[in-house]
Amino acid sequence: MCEYFVSGFDVFKVRFIMEIYKRDVGAVVDKAQPKRVDGLSKILGTAVYVDDIELNDVIYATTLRTASAGGVVEEIFFDPALDWSEFIIVTAKDIPGLNAVKLLENDQPVLVDRVFRHAGEALVLLGHSEPDMLKKALSHIRVHEVPLAHPVFDIDEALSAENKIIPGNVYSDYLLEKGDVDKSFDEIECFIDARFITPSQEQLYIEPQGMIAILQNDGVLRIDGSMQCPYYVLDALEQCTGLSKDLLRVVQTTTGGAFGGKEDYPSVIACHAALLAIKAGGKPVKLVYERGEDMRVTPKRHPSRTMLRLGANRAGELQFIDMDFAIDGGAYRTLSPVVLSRGVIHAPGPYFCKNIRVRGRAIATNHPPFGAFRGFGAPQSIFALEVAMDQLAAKLAMDPAEFRRKNLLRSGDVSPTGDILQNDCFAQDALEEALRVSQYYERQAEFKHWNKQNNGTVRGIGLATFAHGAGFTGNGELYLASRVLLQAHGNGQVEILCSNTEMGQGAATTLVQIAADALQLPMDKIHLAQTDTTRVPNSGPTVASRTCMVVGELVERAANLLLQKLMTEGGLSKLYSVDEFADACLRMQESKKDLLVSASYQPPAQMLWDENKFTGRAYSSFAWAAYIAEVEIDKLTYETRILNFTAVQEIGHAVHPQIVQGQIEGGVVQGIGYALYENVLWNDVGVMANDRLTNYIIPTTADIGPIQVVLMEKGLGAGPKGAKGVGELPMDGPAPAIVNAIQQALKMNIDQIPVMPELLMKLACSERVSQ
Amino acid sequence: MKVSMQINGQKMQVQAKPDSRLLDVLRDELGLKGTKEGCGEGECGACAVLVNGQVLNSCLLPLGQMDNADIVTIEGLPSDSPLVASFHACFAAQCGICTPGMMMAATALLSEYPQPTLEEIREGLSGNLCRCTGYGRIYEAVLQAATGVTHG
Ligand code: FES
Ligand code: FES
Repeated sequence: MCEYFVSGFDVFKVRFIMEIYKRDVGAVVDKAQPKRVDGLSKILGTAVYVDDIELNDVIYATTLRTASAGGVVEEIFFDPALDWSEFIIVTAKDIPGLNAVKLLENDQPVLVDRVFRHAGEALVLLGHSEPDMLKKALSHIRVHEVPLAHPVFDIDEALSAENKIIPGNVYSDYLLEKGDVDKSFDEIECFIDARFITPSQEQLYIEPQGMIAILQNDGVLRIDGSMQCPYYVLDALEQCTGLSKDLLRVVQTTTGGAFGGKEDYPSVIACHAALLAIKAGGKPVKLVYERGEDMRVTPKRHPSRTMLRLGANRAGELQFIDMDFAIDGGAYRTLSPVVLSRGVIHAPGPYFCKNIRVRGRAIATNHPPFGAFRGFGAPQSIFALEVAMDQLAAKLAMDPAEFRRKNLLRSGDVSPTGDILQNDCFAQDALEEALRVSQYYERQAEFKHWNKQNNGTVRGIGLATFAHGAGFTGNGELYLASRVLLQAHGNGQVEILCSNTEMGQGAATTLVQIAADALQLPMDKIHLAQTDTTRVPNSGPTVASRTCMVVGELVERAANLLLQKLMTEGGLSKLYSVDEFADACLRMQESKKDLLVSASYQPPAQMLWDENKFTGRAYSSFAWAAYIAEVEIDKLTYETRILNFTAVQEIGHAVHPQIVQGQIEGGVVQGIGYALYENVLWNDVGVMANDRLTNYIIPTTADIGPIQVVLMEKGLGAGPKGAKGVGELPMDGPAPAIVNAIQQALKMNIDQIPVMPELLMKLACSERVSQ
Repeated sequence: MKVSMQINGQKMQVQAKPDSRLLDVLRDELGLKGTKEGCGEGECGACAVLVNGQVLNSCLLPLGQMDNADIVTIEGLPSDSPLVASFHACFAAQCGICTPGMMMAATALLSEYPQPTLEEIREGLSGNLCRCTGYGRIYEAVLQAATGVTHG
């Protein structure tokens, strides 16, 4: 039995509704939620982003890049007509350490030496005190490139190409297998066989990437910039500059959005800025990208193509899922193996199926490398599966909701990776709740009626059911061995020291809130230290929706350790006031006892995962969701409009419901963009051609109405009070839900996104022809 | 060239090239860094300011056209603007890079429509991109500022 709570209000007939179901009956949830700790500074415009830092005597920087889609640089020619002595010039020869960007593999050069794999690779770095001089200088450098004869930009072309970029053009090849797909295929009663395509997607954080580097008098090289993972940057700097870590300092500045886009590339920019700074005689070097450069060279979502066979019996029970899933990794390995693994694990969806085969490959092409973006491989494979589920339901003449109801996992079922689901499985609950709050069946009937009339539009309602694991996969958290420190001060203030970054998602507020709750102190007594690698320990990267769940749990544990310490050593009593807490801290300080505690990651019991066979428990917990989209398509222009959108998510515990709501709304709108508008186009050397906001279209207020968010707190995640990761799911569900709604409205199969009017028009014409 | 302007209520003379962008003048010459650059081509609204009461993108405004203009940036927003409290209460800022521009657009919107409908809000803010929030919390914040009811 669970209770639920509705927040929001009704003004001018607009509903902003958020419903929360509580696990514990009678829990009080409508207490005022703490405001964001960074709220006012952002609202008043006083927060300092990398481009806002005041600098004296600054050296501006720019990057000269390769023009061809791979090849060899024979010569770089500096026009003697220009006085180059005023410039700081850095090429591969100036790299003191290893010329490789530190990540999974050292295959990507920091600066091209001779051989390169894609257009837009950094070749020469220039610094000058006048930005105009940099522009001028670029036109006075001639590069003699011998281009690659046959670059490849397509997954299947890369597989069959004669000349490979790497052996086989395959970075990783994974297989998830359960049961016997081939045998079950022989007995099948109904199946579909389809091919799906998803495009790349640009993160489009509104703050472009940038770094400032300075070689200080004391010999320390300091980097300030916009980033998700300061310790990735630190490791990359160490490798490239050859400086030891005690001579390197990385500080995160207020970060204006990231969504995965500032996971790996900041390491590249930081290395570039650092190399210039080493030659800049103590002057600060500022390397901030303008929008076009950011869009052309930084990593985006992996394009994918999926061949999928899906079979069921007449009763509508899934008999097999057979998927060949491939993502375009671009020209260097970067994070592709990890993205692929996520895509493969999530490919079979939240369904019970005896026979599953998912082959996943990350393919090398001559595009700039693709990287992390919210969802991390899962939106691609979930799109294929969920759209195919509707196509198979149609073939079975079954309602898509009914078809899912029959197949969604239940407690006690064996998951696709062979793990037995205990009591933390809420796929069915999320579906039923989504059907209820969206009034799915009523709307469906209304739309049928609407479509029979002679309206200018047709309407449809579609759904997607899915789950997403939070934190690193399997043993990943174990390797990270994250550590968090809590430092109390004599005045009773407590500082959280961790390397996880606030980038808009609310981590700063959430972590402070978790500590405040555990210490029973008001929020203003807790402070999240600036992410500065000379002060904060490595608590792992800020990715994979792990911060609140994994790091939050560490903060909670550290807080409890601090209390214990204050009670045993500082004479704090079991019940204490804010002042008594401060007194205990002061006593400790005066008697020279240290006020520092640390907590490190400990793996949950029974967390067995085989990362080669894809079997076992992939994540300590999954969050469950059902999304429903209602759409309207103009019969003349084929434009699609979202009428209503409902997102139901089971997330264990909402540490801060409004921040969670904002995460879900924001992610859903990125998902709507993925489904309908965002189309990365390529030029003939494989670089993003529509590199401006005028031609790469993301949703605006004109496109987006209110979104109905329902949070269910039923399961028990690994985070504080059972919290699970929240941030990835909103990216997984919208595209398939929207495409399913369009399929229903137009009664045609759609196998790719974005569903732009041109695509629908083409499909409609070819249908007419084939009739 | 020398240009006289009123910025956040103060008369000022600025010396710069006539084709300098107002955005750079505000940020670099006057140190008003609350106005942000997201695209530099008039598409994102991060650089929005009020010019003679109208919301305009400062990255597209050459200084030469600003003679005698009355300019308000986020730093000059009246401290009692209900938008400050409502944006805070509604969690309308996430990464915050779009927020100053959004605040300026919302200010212009409320002075034109003191009691806007959702449709008017969506229309009025359509020049300001936000990649984080999905706009829901922003709609709520503007409505709360208009009705004077702040839920927190
Ligand atoms: S920076 Fe001016 S509109 Fe984007
Ligand atoms: S809050 Fe990040 S772009 Fe709007």
